[in-house]
Amino acid sequence: MSENQKRLDRVRVGRNMKKGLYKAMILLLLVFFALVFFVPFYWSLLTSLRPNDEIFSSGLKFWPQHVTWEHYEKAFQIIPFFQYSFNTLLITVCIIVSNLLFCSMAGYAFAKIRFRGSKLAYRLMLFSVMIPSTVLLIPQFLVLARFPLVGGNNLFGQGGHGFSGNFLGVVLPTAVSVFNILFMRSFFISLPNELGEAARIDGAGEGRVFFQLYLPLAKPAMATLSVFCFQAGWNSFLWPSVILRSGDFKVLTQGLASFTVNNSVDYGPMMAATVCATIPVLLVFLFAQKYFIQGIAFSGTKS
Amino acid sequence: MEHSKNLFKHTKKTNKTLTGWLFIAPAFLCFLVFLLIPAVMAVGMSFTSYNGFTEAKFIGMDNYTRLFEDTYFLQSLWNICKYVLMYVPSVVILSFLLAVLLNQKVPGIRVFRVLFYLPCLTSTVASSMVWKWLMNPQGGLLNQILSALGLPACAWLNESKTAMMSIVIICVWSTLASNIMIYLAALQNVPSSVYESASIDGAGKLRQIWQITLPLVAPTTFFVLTMALIGSFQVFDQIWVLTSGGPAHATTVPMYSIYTNAFRESQLGYACAQAMILFLMILAVTLVQQKFNKESLV
Repeated sequence: MSENQKRLDRVRVGRNMKKGLYKAMILLLLVFFALVFFVPFYWSLLTSLRPNDEIFSSGLKFWPQHVTWEHYEKAFQIIPFFQYSFNTLLITVCIIVSNLLFCSMAGYAFAKIRFRGSKLAYRLMLFSVMIPSTVLLIPQFLVLARFPLVGGNNLFGQGGHGFSGNFLGVVLPTAVSVFNILFMRSFFISLPNELGEAARIDGAGEGRVFFQLYLPLAKPAMATLSVFCFQAGWNSFLWPSVILRSGDFKVLTQGLASFTVNNSVDYGPMMAATVCATIPVLLVFLFAQKYFIQGIAFSGTKS
Repeated sequence: MEHSKNLFKHTKKTNKTLTGWLFIAPAFLCFLVFLLIPAVMAVGMSFTSYNGFTEAKFIGMDNYTRLFEDTYFLQSLWNICKYVLMYVPSVVILSFLLAVLLNQKVPGIRVFRVLFYLPCLTSTVASSMVWKWLMNPQGGLLNQILSALGLPACAWLNESKTAMMSIVIICVWSTLASNIMIYLAALQNVPSSVYESASIDGAGKLRQIWQITLPLVAPTTFFVLTMALIGSFQVFDQIWVLTSGGPAHATTVPMYSIYTNAFRESQLGYACAQAMILFLMILAVTLVQQKFNKESLV
């Protein structure tokens, strides 16, 4: 082997080592942050399985000595877990269905139908994205509680309680989200116009063009939209706690929050409830992981 | 002949307008009733003494003048400024750096992406409860780690000095994931040839991040910053679950004040005035940020 070849090899080895060191450093950082994000969940799972005396005295042991299910039993006694889960599911499904239908219809119209007033309506919606939910909280509550001819109200919205305490009260303000309309619009714009034009020449009505031609093509966008709505519906707290203050109908987040009332230190059942509330979302995520990430990626590139 | 052609064209056009409006009708109706009308109502109500039971009475600017004598509300404005100043830079900087980290080519990167995404999946209520336990002064995981490292224990949420910082930590932890994924999507759109030519020119990794990556994802930074700003002014869930505005009003934020004024003390008009102030603050900050952004781009 020539002297030159040896020198070249030495340089290469050095470069490889530097590259290896760099990768090891990256991995180390990744592991550290993965722990930061993962350990809180794991710790709450541990706490939910530990007997009471072990919870406070366990120290930094990341494995339970004794496994018990008593906290889960207690958590299920404190709040009607299945009832609340069902309520939340009902609300979430309604939000998903209405958003899927109405937002894709509106998004399609803005993208593919040229009609009088479409620009004005679109601009109005675009502008409304700026209004923070803070401002809407109180008047939205009034609109729903004073809704005419609902929940014992008369024509002028007096006398009854309207939609407050009713699951529709939670659904209605989120039944259509402007963001989802914009999302569907930009998806339909990316589909070719020729598709509909050919069908229209053959005499198909606009409804048929939409439902039979364009909507089937929008399946991936609709999957992403469902994921948006699922997360928003399942996890929302502020609005349900405003509109469902009265009455027996409660959602899961309200049930969870009731554990912290009176500064309770009963951490076992509290963690058991959190674990149970998180599992459904985790399952959905595992099955629809692609759409979660796609949705977020969209919201970033849209800007 | 000419006339009938025009007529045909005309009916076709009105027909199209009708179908268009029929398509957007359900969405537009919802938008009108649950968004636009409430927004107008909010402005109007802020000038009344409405309490939810009796007739609303117009009282002019009284609610607004009262605001500036309300020490709790002024305290909440001060608190939210502290919160925004701590939260927004942390979220923007950390999410960018962690996205760069997740964009590296190392084995198992897909698993890491899923793990980093976990906090985004739980509701803020659930994650707040987990953190309430982690930050518990006695037996909580954080203090146990501190004592294992030989550091003094911290009271976290239980002391007014550290309460807001603790809230910031929790909020950053639970909102970081979605911002990381937004950045990651932007980073993956940067063609690798850009980096290749840079490293041929001898630019180190850190310099590449600073001089190539950062300018290329500037629009994403703008988006993340805007969303973080708007969201941070409206923080509520964590406060409600963790501190109820305490200790000693150290974590009372405008949203919490609005909620209690409106739905516990039935001062809806007054709460609307508070909401308008919060709205004006958000508007002012986003306008300043947008102007600043435009100047820096030119």
